[in-house]
Formats: sequence, structure tokens, C-alpha cells
Amino acid sequence: MRLEYPANVRIIKVPCTGRVGVIHLLKAFEKGVDGVLVAGCLDGDCHYQAGNLRAKKRVASVQRILESIGLAKDRIAMYNLSAGMGPRFAEIAREMEEKIRQLGPNPVRLARAQKEVAA
Amino acid sequence: MIMAKPKPIDEVISEINHFDSILVAGCNGCVSVCEAGGLKEAEILASSLRIYFTKAGSRKQIDEVSVTRQCDKEYLRELEERMGEYGAVVSLACGAGVQLMAEMYGAKPIFPGVDTCFVGVTEQHGVWSERCQACGQCILASTGGICPIARCSKRMLNGPCGGSEKGKCEIGVLLNRDIPCGWHLIYERLKALGQLHRFGVPSDDKDWSGSRDGGPREIIKEESRP
Repeated sequence: MRLEYPANVRIIKVPCTGRVGVIHLLKAFEKGVDGVLVAGCLDGDCHYQAGNLRAKKRVASVQRILESIGLAKDRIAMYNLSAGMGPRFAEIAREMEEKIRQLGPNPVRLARAQKEVAA
Repeated sequence: MIMAKPKPIDEVISEINHFDSILVAGCNGCVSVCEAGGLKEAEILASSLRIYFTKAGSRKQIDEVSVTRQCDKEYLRELEERMGEYGAVVSLACGAGVQLMAEMYGAKPIFPGVDTCFVGVTEQHGVWSERCQACGQCILASTGGICPIARCSKRMLNGPCGGSEKGKCEIGVLLNRDIPCGWHLIYERLKALGQLHRFGVPSDDKDWSGSRDGGPREIIKEESRP
């Protein structure tokens, strides 16, 4: 299909979004990424029955944590789509990239960069 | 098992704000079962704190660790070598663990990272409820295995108060959640056991000196002492 999505999106493959824990998502922000998009299977289509539903709850939990420490909760989002929905994936990636671009860079990365300059 | 819930992060932040190095210490005992203070939760809290302080431009060393149980000295001793590296510790153990750590590492400020709530059970994954108030004199034998001290909001000893309705406790109306009437549960259970005659015999006065009325409690088993 040769679909285009933003080149700054880094894909991390997991066997099921149910494997994605709160700590994995937080580590991404700690390391300085600007936003995280969790792409799980469609509701009711989880091969492992409830993996995507668990991921949804964990994403909501990370959103609450981000808010509590002063980061915009919109920096993380969960979308549900199947492996056969390539065009939708590209669309979501562009949509998410645009949303994150409006929020600006991750303040953790900015603060770290400022410190390095100062040093 | 002892149940706890994580403290709001702003409360933890305000306690450790002026320290440069902090150890977040989880406990793999009870608090890991109720998902409030195990290794997983220690990692999440430490990561959240690192994000918060880095963002705020503050350079702090924040690490996490977890020990088998914080209510036993031999496990807390495992932290001895690392303790010197940190200005303060946030302990995610129950109140007992936090206190034992404070006793063992007297010179180190120890802050609680969870609110210890009750002795309870896992109803289902993610739901924990109270079953025991550790009153020191168990009366479950005469109440069909349901504790009126823990399950009746008023700790009545000889039947319901009269405020319950359709098996629900009146306190639930104030708290906006369904609370079963402890004595209703006991009645139904004793009926099923064919032991309703127990309602005809008032219980003896309860000796509360084994509970908090007797001050801080202690158990000594001579044959086990070194």
C-alpha cells in the first residue's frame, strides 16, 4: 500500500497490548518521548480475550498519573484497530502526531537538554 | 492480609521535596497483593517522581527497590549497604513496615508511601474488603464465621441495631455505597447452619483489653525465643 505516516513515529512491537504495563508507558515519558500511541486490536477481537481491555485501563491509569505530575494526559492515547487496517493506522499516526505537536515537546526532555547545555 | 492504598503523589512529593537522593522501597508482602506497595508500584512511583522532578529542573537521584517483607528485620537488613546513598526513604510497606524501617535506620528520614487501611481479603482482582479488626479475642465461632466487629458498622455484639434495611447497613446511605448489614449476614448464615438458637443467648461481655483498649499489643511465644 506504501502508506505514509510521520517518520518520527517509532514502532515498538508487542505480542498483545495486554503485555504493556503502566511502567513501560511511564518509562517512555521518563526517557523523553513526546507522546505514546497504544494500538490494540478491536474491542472483542483480542486473541487473548481481554488484553486490549486491560491495556485500555492501564492507559487511563497512566493518564491519571501524567495529570498528577503535571504532564498533559493527551500525550498518551489508545486506539483500537485490526492488523488489516493499514490506512486507518496511518491516519491515527498522523492525527496523534498533530495532537502531540500542538502540546509541544516533552518537558522532561527539554529540562534534561537545558541541564546538559548548562553543564 | 493487610490492605493499603497508594498515597496521592503530591503528598509524597511534598515530603521528599528537599532531599537530593531518595530510595522508594517496596514490600513484597501484603501490600504487593493489594497492588499498593510491591515492586511494580515502587517502580511506577519512582518513575513518576523522576519525571516530576526532572521536569521541574531538579536533579535528584531516585531509585527503587523491593524486599521480601518490611516487617522483618532480616529482610530490612538487606538495605543496610545501600542506605548510605540516600537522604530519605519512601517506604511502600504498611504502617508496621514503615515503623520497623524507621527503628532500624534511626538517622534516616522514612516517609510512608501508602495509607494502610485494614485487614481484609481479595474479593476479586482489584477489589479488597475488610474482614478483621484484630480485636484480640475472636468470636467467629459463635457468629457463623462472620465477624460483627469488622462487618457491623457499629460493632454490635448481640444482633442488628435496627437501622438496617433489606439487609443493607444504614451507613451505606451516608457513604453512597452498598454495605451489607453484618448481623443480617450472620442471621442468614446461622439459619443455614441451623444454629439460630444462638440468638437466644446474649454474648458475654467482650474483653476489649486485648484490643486497642489495652494499649499497644505484644505476643510472646517463649519456646520460639532465642
